[in-house]
Amino acid sequence: MKLIFERGMEGQRCTILPDCDVPEICLDVPGRGLPLRLPHVSENEISRHYTELAGQVHGVNNGFYPLGSCTMKYNPKVNEEAAALPGFTDIHPLQPEDTVQGCMKVLDAAKQMLLEITGMDDMTMQPAAGAHGEFTGLLLIKAYHDSRGDKKRTKIIVPDSAHGTNPASAAMAGFEVVNIPSGEDGCVDLEKLREAAGEDTAGLMLTNPNTVGLFDKNILAITSIVHEAGGLAYYDGANLNAVMGIARPGDMGFDVMHINLHKTFSTPHGGGGPGSGPVGCKAFLKEFLPGLQPAKSEAGYTFTAPRRSVGRVKMFYGNFLVVVKALTYLLVLGREGVRDASRNAVLNANYMMRKLQDIYPMAYPETCMHEFVMCLENMKHDADVTAMDVAKALLDYGIHPPTMYFPLIVHEALMVEPTETESRETLDEAIRAFREIYDCAKKDALRLHEAPVHAYIRRPDEVQAARKPVLRYFFPDAVRNPAQ
Amino acid sequence: MNHPTDLYYSKSHEWVKFLDEKTALIGLTDYAQDALGDLVFVNLPEAGDEVTAGEAFSDVESVKAVSDVFSPVSGVVAEVNEELLDAPERMNEDPYGAWLIKVENITEKEELMEADAYIRFYESEE
Repeated sequence: MKLIFERGMEGQRCTILPDCDVPEICLDVPGRGLPLRLPHVSENEISRHYTELAGQVHGVNNGFYPLGSCTMKYNPKVNEEAAALPGFTDIHPLQPEDTVQGCMKVLDAAKQMLLEITGMDDMTMQPAAGAHGEFTGLLLIKAYHDSRGDKKRTKIIVPDSAHGTNPASAAMAGFEVVNIPSGEDGCVDLEKLREAAGEDTAGLMLTNPNTVGLFDKNILAITSIVHEAGGLAYYDGANLNAVMGIARPGDMGFDVMHINLHKTFSTPHGGGGPGSGPVGCKAFLKEFLPGLQPAKSEAGYTFTAPRRSVGRVKMFYGNFLVVVKALTYLLVLGREGVRDASRNAVLNANYMMRKLQDIYPMAYPETCMHEFVMCLENMKHDADVTAMDVAKALLDYGIHPPTMYFPLIVHEALMVEPTETESRETLDEAIRAFREIYDCAKKDALRLHEAPVHAYIRRPDEVQAARKPVLRYFFPDAVRNPAQ
Repeated sequence: MNHPTDLYYSKSHEWVKFLDEKTALIGLTDYAQDALGDLVFVNLPEAGDEVTAGEAFSDVESVKAVSDVFSPVSGVVAEVNEELLDAPERMNEDPYGAWLIKVENITEKEELMEADAYIRFYESEE
């Protein structure tokens, strides 16, 4: 398709913007030799441009999106409606508190519900996404040890099945990462954890259910090993969708955690964000929380800063409208609905897993939680068809591929998370697609190497794209001089 | 798959070529490059850095994932193969020519395998 710069022509414009009501001035930008080349397009052309772009992507609105670990559930439109209310959109973060009491109530109401779901005692809405939440939570852990004068706790323990963001966030927060191997069952190896935990342990980062879709039955032992060593336990909320309303990280012994509102609580993500990664903590950590917290008094809500706050991690109150959407979702579902959502997410995953396990070997065949991991090593060995080929072939069925080659402890992995918002019909169609692809692998592997044939973009050369990325557009009449 | 008999191999799939008692070249085995797939990026240490047997000294990135490369020996980095920074595909094309680092003053080494033992080792792992 054409780029926006290749559409339209000099002099074309659109009427969507109001007339400028302030004097125009020319910014003298040092080093700029040429005027900016902004596109000249009519409203009609812009509309076509974005419609064409939208046709190239696959979202939950297009079809099934079982991207493991990402919880690509359907985001109800009522969330958008609530977030578009003028009382939420036509405000300014510096407005006097007495004029935004409703918005402060939203922040507080969402927080109270999330505290109940997680079993935490306090929470900040500031972090903008999951990894940002991890970083914030680790700062709390650091502040806690520092406040006790315990300077030798420099290490964060992370299992080898963890999301890549865990070690990355720990390194960003200034910790040294200690990787521990998972046991045969895909869960934490208690012996290895005991060996790794010690007086230099600042904490452990864990998801539960873990990245292979299993609830770690030793979770209480795990958190107490960490606590006995003097460390804190961090819960990565990436997989909260499997247990909300059923099991609480706070009860499992975790001290601090983040929630991905954009996964579990049905706000858009995967290019459609922004995200929101609230961080919850137990009472003994609340004085370190970042930013301003809405506090309720008889006179109404006021913002207060925690006494020994680690400081702001984002401007103002985080991605406020995302919180509005998450609160809407929670209010629509209600207490029982939240629990049902998790139950159905687990049911859907097990249904798909059982319907596929005769031909696609499962990495861990026991009953799974909200997602499962298949291991296609045999298919690669016998038919020269890889996890990548299967993922690409699914595109021809209008299905977004599962997560590939993750977690790293499973070879030729495909990680499937159907979520609770898909019907049995959709799951059956996907199961049929997987089975047809399996048949094709046996008969005509070459066809799978060429898949997808119906997608807008067929098979990009990922190696070439990584080795020689083309990141700059050159106007046809531009002189190719990097100095310009 | 090719595993020269004049090299030594580690369980984490690095090869070691001893130039003398205290000096060696280290690279990724043919098996490792095949399992990782097309390599698109490599992070290397700097000359003068210390490496420790069993600890990561580099990471390589394929289109699938980023993986640590572990040092089979303890010593000091004498030289790094800077050619790989611009041409990581060399590790795929010629795994035994594309050494990552040269280590000198070797004080310690892991338990290493000869080619036969290494082949038996990864076959049993599969």
